[in-house]
Amino acid sequence: MSLGKHLLGTEGLGASDITLILDTAERMAEISARPLKKVPALRAKLVVNLFFENSTRTRSSFEIAEKRLSADALNFSASTSSVQKGETLVDTVLNLERMQPDCYVMRHASPGAHQLILPFTKASVVNAGDGAHEHPTQALLDAMTIRRKKGGFKGLDVLICGDIAHSRVVRSNIHLLKTMGAKVTLCSPATLMPPHMDSLGVKVTHDFNEALKGKDVVMMLRMQLERQQKGLFPSLREYYQRYGLTEERLGLASPEVIIMHPGPINRGVEIASEVADGPCSVILDQVENGVSVRMAVLYLLLGGGEDEAAH
Amino acid sequence: MKLLIKNGRLVDPASGTDETLDLLIEDGKFSAIEKSITARGADVFDATGLVVAPGFIDMHVHLREPGFERKETIASGLAAALAGGFTGVACMPNTNPVNDCGAVTRFILDRAKTSSPVAVYPVGSVTQELKGEDLSPFAELKEAGAVAFSDDGLPVKSSKVMRRALEYAGSMNMAVIDHCEDLELAHGGSMNEGEASARLGLRGIPAEAEVIMIRRDLTLSRMTGQHVHIAHVSTKLGVDVIRVAKKRRVAVTAEATPHHFSLTEDEVASFDSNYKMNPPLRTKEDVEAVIEGLADGTLDAIVTDHAPHAYEEKLVEFDRAPNGIIGLQTAVPLAIDRLVLPDKISLKRMVDAFSCAPARILGLKDKGRVESGISADLTIFSLRKETFLKPQDIKSLSKNSPFLNRKIRGAVVATVIAGAVYPVKD
Repeated sequence: MSLGKHLLGTEGLGASDITLILDTAERMAEISARPLKKVPALRAKLVVNLFFENSTRTRSSFEIAEKRLSADALNFSASTSSVQKGETLVDTVLNLERMQPDCYVMRHASPGAHQLILPFTKASVVNAGDGAHEHPTQALLDAMTIRRKKGGFKGLDVLICGDIAHSRVVRSNIHLLKTMGAKVTLCSPATLMPPHMDSLGVKVTHDFNEALKGKDVVMMLRMQLERQQKGLFPSLREYYQRYGLTEERLGLASPEVIIMHPGPINRGVEIASEVADGPCSVILDQVENGVSVRMAVLYLLLGGGEDEAAH
Repeated sequence: MKLLIKNGRLVDPASGTDETLDLLIEDGKFSAIEKSITARGADVFDATGLVVAPGFIDMHVHLREPGFERKETIASGLAAALAGGFTGVACMPNTNPVNDCGAVTRFILDRAKTSSPVAVYPVGSVTQELKGEDLSPFAELKEAGAVAFSDDGLPVKSSKVMRRALEYAGSMNMAVIDHCEDLELAHGGSMNEGEASARLGLRGIPAEAEVIMIRRDLTLSRMTGQHVHIAHVSTKLGVDVIRVAKKRRVAVTAEATPHHFSLTEDEVASFDSNYKMNPPLRTKEDVEAVIEGLADGTLDAIVTDHAPHAYEEKLVEFDRAPNGIIGLQTAVPLAIDRLVLPDKISLKRMVDAFSCAPARILGLKDKGRVESGISADLTIFSLRKETFLKPQDIKSLSKNSPFLNRKIRGAVVATVIAGAVYPVKD
């Protein structure tokens, strides 16, 4: 079974695709638990990590995944590249193409940037984040974390809270969670909630306390200081008062709630330290699962043989 | 020199004509319009089965010269106009230098004269260098040949400047054409704000950014009593307020583009920058409202907003791509395909929107009608033939159009200017 050639988003991924990736990720997790954390599945495959936006976490996670599968990884970051000399995205890809890459893992600030390069490459393309559009491997690692803790998705009540407008994580999570049968509620100040988000089949609210009630999964999003500077909410203090996840508020959710965050977290802005470090938090599990999920995606897209993975 | 156009269906809204008639043209002018003319020694153009209409005028075109000749030149733009059935075009002043003085207007007219039979009607800028501050020398521009004023591409942001522009242009019986957009509310968006933008994560431009500015212009038009023309109306909200204003006899006219009556925001899901324009593609309800507005005359004219951009300029990330598409060679077929054949508007209304309305709005004498003694400008088209344009069929230097390699019902067969026939090649 295979996924097709690219992973551009979770929109359009079927439940069987998602299950395949998550099942494969579980097998990859076993590899990471071995004393020798490496298999030859993608030996001699060239993966280009094409990051046009700063990212430490996602890029490191992909790079580790590539190395554990024995792929050759090339890191290309915009700050040190020809992009600064005015080269276009398409020209960058046309040049890299002659290095015979097998896969691009690309992050870009513009939604849909991956669509632009598809006609110019023979390689697989994995979206590591395109503007506020999608970040499919984040949603998949979130799903792996949820499945490990909750056993499945059917009927789960999930709340995503924070800067919805600027989040690629939220869109990928909505598509995936809905496909898998979970219910999704979004919560944010009205200024950080684009109009018409409800058309994605989710509930939209601005009342955090109300929204928390009975939730099985609470996903907090990072609030960036620059949003305040742009006048989207009055102050971080007020934000924390209305939308910060404190221990007190945590009591409103289901007793078995798990707390997630794509990171990096802002302690005392969207989440209290006691919650981030507390027993309900699975934030660091997410980081760990990120490597497994990315190994699974690369493995499935680049067509490593069944036997090699089990090797 | 005699030309006899035989057996065509003459649709001339100005005289209320819609019947099969022959037209005799002598020395570039109409000399007889009757049933079954015989004229010895005349060249005969057989228009059997075709519609013959007064020459179409596209009153919203970007010819890009001077300054942006990589995108389009006056010669290439006019070649596209001729192939698209247009006998005249009004060109917007956002060139480099801006058309804010007589010298630039004269340059455009000189260049046009030596490169094409298509008439060019330059639009001068409202403000010097499009800065939105000091008025351009309207009288000097008019003297040189400008037919209207606009800062198109940008709104006239200041209400005070817009008021002065309406007063000053109005005193010379000229219209101010405004690109209506509240730039702060639009906030650098690259598509319509709606369900599609919520899904795609692209920043949206709300419909309200258009209607807020239209309302302001209507208020100022009423205050000054002067003619304002609203460019490329794209929203139901916009159509609705213009309809009400017209009922209250505000001196407003308005236009719409083929892309705004043919396409919706859903197209943006492809992230193809040929679906990026300003105003952006809107919702299905907006498309229907624009069509209704064209049908009942709330929107007077159909214009292309022909906006050439070079291949490499459009081949970038969607939110970084420049706005606009070319439209001169697809406008007439799209109007036939999307408006006339589905019975959304009458053929007469379509001809009016392409010829009489622009002539009326711009005050072009002896244009937009068929009458003995005036220059013989005609657009001859078929409702049955189909248009299928490949990139190499496009006369513009730029090929940025979402309508290439698609079948569109309806086709321009020939453009006639001052009695000379320019057939459109299949």
